[in-house]
Formats: sequence, structure tokens, C-alpha cells
Amino acid sequence: MGAFFHRHPRLTPYLLLAPGLAWLALFFLVPLAFLAYQSLQSGVFPNFEFTWEFSNFTEVLTDYREQFLRSFLYAAIATVISLLLAYPLVYWIAFRSGPWRNLFLLAIIAPFFVTYLIRTLAWLNILADEGPVVGFLQTIHVLGEGEGLLFTSVAVVGGITYNFFPFMALPLYVSLEQIDPRLLEAAKDLYASPRQAFMRVTLPLSAPGIVAGTLLTFIPAAGDFINAELLGTPKQQMIGNVIQAKFLESLDYPSAASLSFVLMAFILVGLLLYAKLVGSEKLTG
Amino acid sequence: MRFVRRHLLTAYAILVVAYLMLPIAVVILFSFNKPAGRFNYVWQEFTFDNWVEWDSVLGLRESLIKSIQIGLLATFVAAVLGTLMALAIVRHDFRGRGPTNILVFLPMATPEIVLGASLLTLFLNTTSVFTLGFWTIFIAHVMFIVSFIVVTVKARLIGFDRHLEEAAMDLGANEWTTFRKITLPLLMPAIVAASLLGFALSIDDFVITYFNAGSEQTFPVFVWGIARVSVPPQVNVVASFIFLVAIALALANVFWQYRSARRAQGAV
Repeated sequence: MGAFFHRHPRLTPYLLLAPGLAWLALFFLVPLAFLAYQSLQSGVFPNFEFTWEFSNFTEVLTDYREQFLRSFLYAAIATVISLLLAYPLVYWIAFRSGPWRNLFLLAIIAPFFVTYLIRTLAWLNILADEGPVVGFLQTIHVLGEGEGLLFTSVAVVGGITYNFFPFMALPLYVSLEQIDPRLLEAAKDLYASPRQAFMRVTLPLSAPGIVAGTLLTFIPAAGDFINAELLGTPKQQMIGNVIQAKFLESLDYPSAASLSFVLMAFILVGLLLYAKLVGSEKLTG
Repeated sequence: MRFVRRHLLTAYAILVVAYLMLPIAVVILFSFNKPAGRFNYVWQEFTFDNWVEWDSVLGLRESLIKSIQIGLLATFVAAVLGTLMALAIVRHDFRGRGPTNILVFLPMATPEIVLGASLLTLFLNTTSVFTLGFWTIFIAHVMFIVSFIVVTVKARLIGFDRHLEEAAMDLGANEWTTFRKITLPLLMPAIVAASLLGFALSIDDFVITYFNAGSEQTFPVFVWGIARVSVPPQVNVVASFIFLVAIALALANVFWQYRSARRAQGAV
């Protein structure tokens, strides 16, 4: 084996890559082609026919405009809240936590150790009408008598924020942790106030983390259907709920496929814009 | 006032961490609850019964075993494929490296629902080859784990000291022996870390699995099914148990890093 690699050094990388690339091609790229194929079909289950049915796309875009907009809105709000929650925490961990650093980092990823569905279900307990959160909010008159949080958009956005928080916090931490403290000292020596030092040194240097965290939070959040399903009602349906129901319940594969494709397309376009903005090297490593 | 200002950030950090811990505490707490009716949403009474009789819910144990089997198998295959890819990408200059990087990155940037849905269309259109079930879940899991393995191992390879390999070659070892005796052992920590991540992703995955499971049930699929009726406290028991095992492993790792850092300091 070694001898073979020795005689054909140019082939080596391709041989190493072959099995992994084949897997990704066969089970990632080819399925996307099948998704495209399915999205241009017409007919009723189980008799679908490929008819270049481009109207599927215009149809789903008009029929489910509301769910698309809601998905992107919920995902955007959750991403912003995550950023606001995560940045000070991660800043503190990177610069002030001392010996507690690893323990706090562990706390950030700890939610991942509880099965996704179950940690979402836990919010049913926390936000229950008889629970402490609703009780408190009623006492301070943020919520009126008989008003609750469960099965509202607040609960859904809250669930999404919680579930994808680590995706925001970890890349942020990586970028903050890499900042050379000497740069901050230099800023101080040059008479920058703590505020100026933060705005002109720390914040710009953590920008790659903000970018990565935003993407890693927004993308899965926009495609999520579990939070809307468990913590919301049909009024909070996101595009993921529609895709899921069409694929697995109403067996309307062509429009489910076109919906998935549109979602993918929106996200790819966003990603490309982002890549243009920050440079593709930073995205793919 | 100064005291408040100085500790404001610390207080904020602790509050956010409390927010992160809250649902976890609730999951564990309600594993000890004795629900009055079918629903385990309101605290009634403390009991150990759910932990003792965790196996009394039909289908729970089977689904858990399926999850572990798929997790181990898929992680192993993905670890092998991913490590080889990482070696090629970091160690070799070849045509098509850019597109390869993009192909590795794309599955991570694709919403799970699109990954799940597109694989389902593949399987639905090739029913003569694929039947939805254990193996289609396995295929899906390898697909989405591989990228995470490549990224983690790549990061380690980039900071890799090649002098040891050169020394081995100078001492007459051929490439294969060098790989086996030097490269692989040095890469092992990264491969193990990547595999742990892969296993965690696999055992927790619901969306992609749900699309491609057919009638097969992994633990998350089981929870989804039962959540539409009512979630028995035994589900909390299993979730708490998985959490505690994972935390124990992570703490052991933190401790181990701390100790080896201390040792390294001592050596200097």
C-alpha cells in the first residue's frame, strides 16, 4: 500500500478523498437533484409525473408566503436575541472568568446533552399557565389575568432562541478568545477609554465570530419546525411545519419538494451575500 | 456604585448561565415527579419510582438501543471517511481542493429539514434499492456527521508538527509505518473528540431521522410520537441519564486537561 502511494504521489489525495466524497455526492448532491426532479412533478400520490411543473414554485410561494416570512422573522429575532445574550457572557468567559473558564464553556454546551425534543418540552413546564414565569409576569402586569405564554409566538421564538444559543456562543467565544490582550493594552496606552477600546479593537476583531454565529443560528432556526409544533399553534406555523406535513402527512411530494428548494435557495443566496461580505475563506475554513 | 459596575458583567453572565441551565434542571426535576394524571407538567410529589421502573414504557428501551447502535456505527464510518478526507485536504495540493472544501461545508450550512427531505426523495424514487428503516437512517447520519469530523480533524492537522514524521522516515520507516506509528496516534485525540461530537449529533438527531426512518424508531422519534399523547416521566429519566453521563465525561475531560496543564507547568 505504501509502495503504491509512493509510486503514484499525485493519486494519493484522490484515493483518500474518494470514499468520503462518494458518500457526500451520493447522499447529499444526488438527493438534491432528486428533490429538484420531484419539485417539477405534478399529479396526486402515488401517481406523480415529471412535467416541468414550474408553477409548483409560484404556487407555494403565494400559498405559503406567510409561513416563509414568519420563519425568517422568527429566525432573525432569535438570532439577534442570542447575540445579545451570548456576547456579554462569552466576553466575560474569555476575559474575566479565570479558573472557571472551562466550567462556563461546559455550561454553554450543556443543553446539547439533553435531547433536543426533551429540552423543548421542558419549556412546556416552565411556561405553563400555572408556572412561576407566567405568575410573575402577571404580578408585574406584563401579562393580564388569564393571559399566558404557551402556544404564542413568544414561546416559539423563546424556544428557538434557547435551542440554537450554543451555535451563537461558541464561534463568538473562539473569536474573542483569540484576541491578543496586548492589543487592548496598546489601546489603553494610547488613551482609549474602555468604551473606545471595545468599540475599536474588541468588537471589530470579534466580527468573524459574530458572522459565523449569526449564520449557524439563523440557518437551522429558519428551517426549524419542532418549536412551532410543540410550543405553538397552527397560527405560529413555520415553513418547516408545512414541509414536514406535506412530506409525511398529506403526501404532496411535489409541493413539499418545491418548498424545500425555495428554502434552500433563500439560504444559499443569503450565504453567498454573506460570503461576498466577509470572504469565502473565513466561511469554509 | 463602582462595585455594581465592576460586577455587572459577572452578574449578567451568571444570569445567562442560569437561563441555560433552567430547562435542564426542569427535565431532571420532573424525572422524580409522580404525575397525578397523564400529564407530567405540574409538580405533584417526589418519587424514585420512575428511575427504578424506567423500562416500564413500551418501546422506550428498543428505541434507545436503536439510537445507540446507529450512533456507534455511523460515527465509526464517518470518522474513517472524514479523517481520510481531512488528511487529503490539509496534506496534499490537488486540483479541486476548493470545490471539495465547499462540498464538505455545504451539508453543515443546509437546514436539516432540506437534508432530510432531499434524502427522502432519493429513497422514495429508488424503492427497489432502498427501504426506509435502520440502514437509511445510518446512511443519513454518516452523511451529516462526516463534515463535522473533517472540520475537527483538519483543525488539528493544520497545527501538526511534521518533524516527528520526518524523523521516522529518516530512521527508515516507510510512509505506511510512519502513518500508523506516528501520524495516527498523534491525531487520535482529535479523532476521538470529533467522534464524540458525531455520536452526540447522531443520538440527538430528530429531523433528518424522522424523514428517513419509515417505521423504525430511534429515541428522539419515540419521544416525538409519545409527545403527541403525553410524555411519561420515564422519558425524563432517560434524558437525565444521558445528560449525566455526558456531563461526567466532559468534566473528566476538563479535569484531565487541567491536570496535564499543571503537569506541563511542573515540567518547566
